[in-house]
Amino acid sequence: MIEFSTFKLENGLRVIHHFDNSTQLVCLNILYDVGSRDENPKKTGFAHLFEHLMFGGSVNIPNYDEPLQRVGGENNAFTTNDITNYYLTLPANNIETAFWLESDRMISLAFSEKSLETQRSVVIEEFKQRYFNQPYGDVWLLLRPLAYTTHPYNWPTIGKEIKHIEDAKMEDVKSFFHTFYNPTNAIMVVAGNNTLEETKLLTEKWFAPIEGKTKKPRNLPKEPKQIEARTLTVERDVPLDAIYKAYHMCKRSDADFYAMDMLSDILSNGDSSRLYIELVKEQQLFSSIHAYVMGDLDEGLFVISGKLVKGIQMKDAEKAIDAEINKIKLQLIEDDELQKIKNKLESILVFNQMNILEKAMSLATFELMGDAALVNHETERYSAVTSNQLQNAANKYIQESNCSTLYYLSKKN
Amino acid sequence: MINRSIAPPSKEIEQIKLIEAAKSELSNGIPVYTINTGSQQLLKIEILLNAGSVNEHKAITARATNSLLKEGTKKYSSSYIAEQFDFYGAFLETDCSKDSACIALYSLNKHLSNVLPLLSEIMYEATFPQNELDVYLQNSHQHFLVNNQKVDVIARNYFAEIIFGENKYGYRTKEEDYTNLKQDDIKAFHKSYYLNNSPTIILSGRIDDTLHTQLDNLFGKSVKTKKQQHSNIQPISSLQQKHHIDKADAVQTAIRIGRLLFNKTHPDYFGMLILNSLLGGYFGSRLMSNIREDKGYTYGIGSGVVSMKQTGYFVISTEVGVDVTNDALKEIYYEIKRLREELVSEEELYLVKNYLLGTFIRSADGPFELANKFKGIYEYGLDYNYYTQYIESIKAISSKRLNELANTYLQEKDLVELTVGKNN
Repeated sequence: MIEFSTFKLENGLRVIHHFDNSTQLVCLNILYDVGSRDENPKKTGFAHLFEHLMFGGSVNIPNYDEPLQRVGGENNAFTTNDITNYYLTLPANNIETAFWLESDRMISLAFSEKSLETQRSVVIEEFKQRYFNQPYGDVWLLLRPLAYTTHPYNWPTIGKEIKHIEDAKMEDVKSFFHTFYNPTNAIMVVAGNNTLEETKLLTEKWFAPIEGKTKKPRNLPKEPKQIEARTLTVERDVPLDAIYKAYHMCKRSDADFYAMDMLSDILSNGDSSRLYIELVKEQQLFSSIHAYVMGDLDEGLFVISGKLVKGIQMKDAEKAIDAEINKIKLQLIEDDELQKIKNKLESILVFNQMNILEKAMSLATFELMGDAALVNHETERYSAVTSNQLQNAANKYIQESNCSTLYYLSKKN
Repeated sequence: MINRSIAPPSKEIEQIKLIEAAKSELSNGIPVYTINTGSQQLLKIEILLNAGSVNEHKAITARATNSLLKEGTKKYSSSYIAEQFDFYGAFLETDCSKDSACIALYSLNKHLSNVLPLLSEIMYEATFPQNELDVYLQNSHQHFLVNNQKVDVIARNYFAEIIFGENKYGYRTKEEDYTNLKQDDIKAFHKSYYLNNSPTIILSGRIDDTLHTQLDNLFGKSVKTKKQQHSNIQPISSLQQKHHIDKADAVQTAIRIGRLLFNKTHPDYFGMLILNSLLGGYFGSRLMSNIREDKGYTYGIGSGVVSMKQTGYFVISTEVGVDVTNDALKEIYYEIKRLREELVSEEELYLVKNYLLGTFIRSADGPFELANKFKGIYEYGLDYNYYTQYIESIKAISSKRLNELANTYLQEKDLVELTVGKNN
C-alpha cells in the first residue's frame, strides 16, 4: 500500500506526494506524456534524442548535472514508446535544488548547438552499442515493422535508422520542446523524507510561474487488425538460431491485460514455468525461452522468444511452442497453478515497492493511465482473474493469424 | 520574481548513520548477522561461503556447483523445488564469484516458513543429477558462445588474464571447460566447500523473533566445521603493455586500460576511490565530460577501483566508434596525465566530495543495501569503523594528496591497454 496525496497547479501540472521517513533521501520524478509513438515517421528517435538534450543546460542554468552532484544528488532518465521519464534522488534536506533544476528545464532549454551536435554523436554510439554491436541486437528493428504496419509502435525508441538521428535539426528540437514540454503535459511525483507542506510550498514557488499550455490531442493511427500470419527470416553472424513470436494484444489499461500478463508468467516466469520445464528441461529444444507482455499503453504485444539448442530444427522448436500454446487454450489452468501465479505477482509487487524511486515511478505511470490510486489495486486485479478468463484471453489473442514471427538464423559459413 | 540563475541554498551532508548488523550464533557456531529494518513485510536470507572459483581444481566447478544446488536433492526433484519456491512467491538467487559463493532467498514474511526448509535442503542434500548437469552444461555453453560475441565481454575476460596472469583470478573460461566438467568434480567440491565449510548467514528486512530458532533447527544442528581458507593467488601482470583482440565485424571497439592495484585493506584505497571518482566514477567525471559530453565518441565511459579478497585492480572501460578509437585512447591518456600534472580545483573537489557522500547515503538506503554494506566489510575482516574512516577521508582529502596518488599509481608506463574490435 502506497499512501499519497495529489494536487494540481493552475497551469495544469499534476503533483503527487508520497511520504516515507525510513529514508534520508527524496526522489523527484517527472514524467512527460511523450514517447517515440508521438514522433514523425520520417524523424524517428527524436523523443529519445531529446531526452539527452534535456541535460545540455536550461535557460537559466548552463549545466544541469553539476549543481545536483554538488548537493549529493544523482539523476537519470529514460524514454519508451509511450513516455519520457526523468528522475533524481538526493539527500532530503537539499530537495529544493531538484525543484530549481527541473522547473528551469520545464521553462525552456538553452538550445545549444554544441549540445545538439554532441548528443547526436552520443546517441549514434548508443544505437551502435545496443543494436549493432550485440548478437541479436537488431531484433526489434526487424520485429516492430513486421508487427505494426500503421501504428507508430512500428519503430523502436532509438529510431528506425541512424540517418534520422544524423538529420536532427535545432528547429525540430525547439518545436518538439514547445509541443510536449510544459506543465500540462507533465506529472511530478515527490517521494521520500519531506513533508507534503514542503512539497506544496516548493512546487508553488518553482513551478507555478511556468505558463500552461493546451494539451495537444493525440491522434495516432490505429493498427488494423492482423488477419494473416506474418513471417520474416534473417541470417546473422550469431552462434544460435532464435525465434521471436509477437502477438497483438490489448492496451495496458484494458482488463484483459492482467490475464495476458498472467499467461506470460504461466509460460515462463520461474523455473517451474511451463516453457522452461517442458522445452528447456524436458525436451531440451531451447537453451533459453521467455514469454512476456510489452506493457505498452496503446495496443501492445505478447511475445515469446527463445534460443534454440544447437542442432534443433526450427520447425520442431516452433511446433513445441505451439503445442504449449494449445494447452493453455484447450485446458483450464488448475487452481494450484493459478494460485502460484497470483502469489508470485503479489510478491513481485511488494518487492517492487521497497524504494522511493520505484514507488515514485509507479505512481506517475498509474496517474498517466488515469488515476495514481490504481497502483494500490494491482494485487486485487490480478487476484480477481479466473481460469476461464485466462483461457478466453489465450483464445482471443494468441492466434497464429495475429502473430508476427521472426526467424533469426545463425549464418552457415 | 525568483532569480532562477542562482542555486537555492544547500546543506552539507554532516552525519551519515548506518544501521549495523547485530551478531548472534547458531548452536554449532555458525555466525548470523541481522539487519532488522524495512517498510515492507519481506526479507532476504543470504548464506555466504568461501566457495568461489579460487578454490576449484577444475575450471567452472565452483559456479556449476552453486547453480546446480537447486536441481535436485536426496528428497526432492529439481521440478518440485522450483515449484515450491514459485508457489510461495519466493525467489532463490545463487551467485558465485572468484572469491565466494552465495545462496540468497527472498521471501514475503508470511510465506517464509514454507520455503526456509528447502534452503537447508539444497545446501546440504544436493545430489547433482547427471541429466540436470547435462542440461546445465549445454545451456551454459550456449550462453558462453553468445556472450563471446560481445566486445565488452571479450574485453573483460582478457583484461583479467592480462592483469592477474595465470592463476584463478586471471583465468578465462574456455569452450572445452563445458565438456571437461564431470559430476564427480562437483560432488567433491560440494563436499569440501558446502558440507565441510562454515557458512555465514546474513538476514535483512523484517526479521521475526522466531527466525533464529528456525534457522538453528535447519543449520545449527550439524557438526561444527571450520571455515575453508582461500587458495593463495600470486598475481603477475603481463609485461606486454598493449594488447589487441581482433573482431573484424565490430562497429565499436571495447577499450580497457588499467592495472593491478590493491584491495580495501590498503591505506591508499580510499584515496584511490576518490581519485577514481574524479576521473571516471560518475556522470560528471572527467572521462565522461571529455569523451562523451564534449567529443561524443561513446555512449558511456567509466572507471573503477575494484577490491577482491587477495588484491584489487583499477580499470577504465568504454566502447567507442571504430573510427574514433585512437582519438578516444589519446583523450583517456590525456585525462590521466592531467591528474598527474595539475592540481584539482577546489570547486571540482568540493563537488566530488559531496557527490560521494550522497552516493554513500544512496548505497545504504534500504535493508538489502545495508546488508551489502555489511558484506563489504565482513568479507575483508573489517568493521564498521571502515565506513567512518571512508567518510572522514572524503571530507579530509586534499588536491595535493590526490595529485600524489596519481603520480604514484597512474604512471602511463604502469598501465596496460586492451582493445577489442577491428584491426587498425
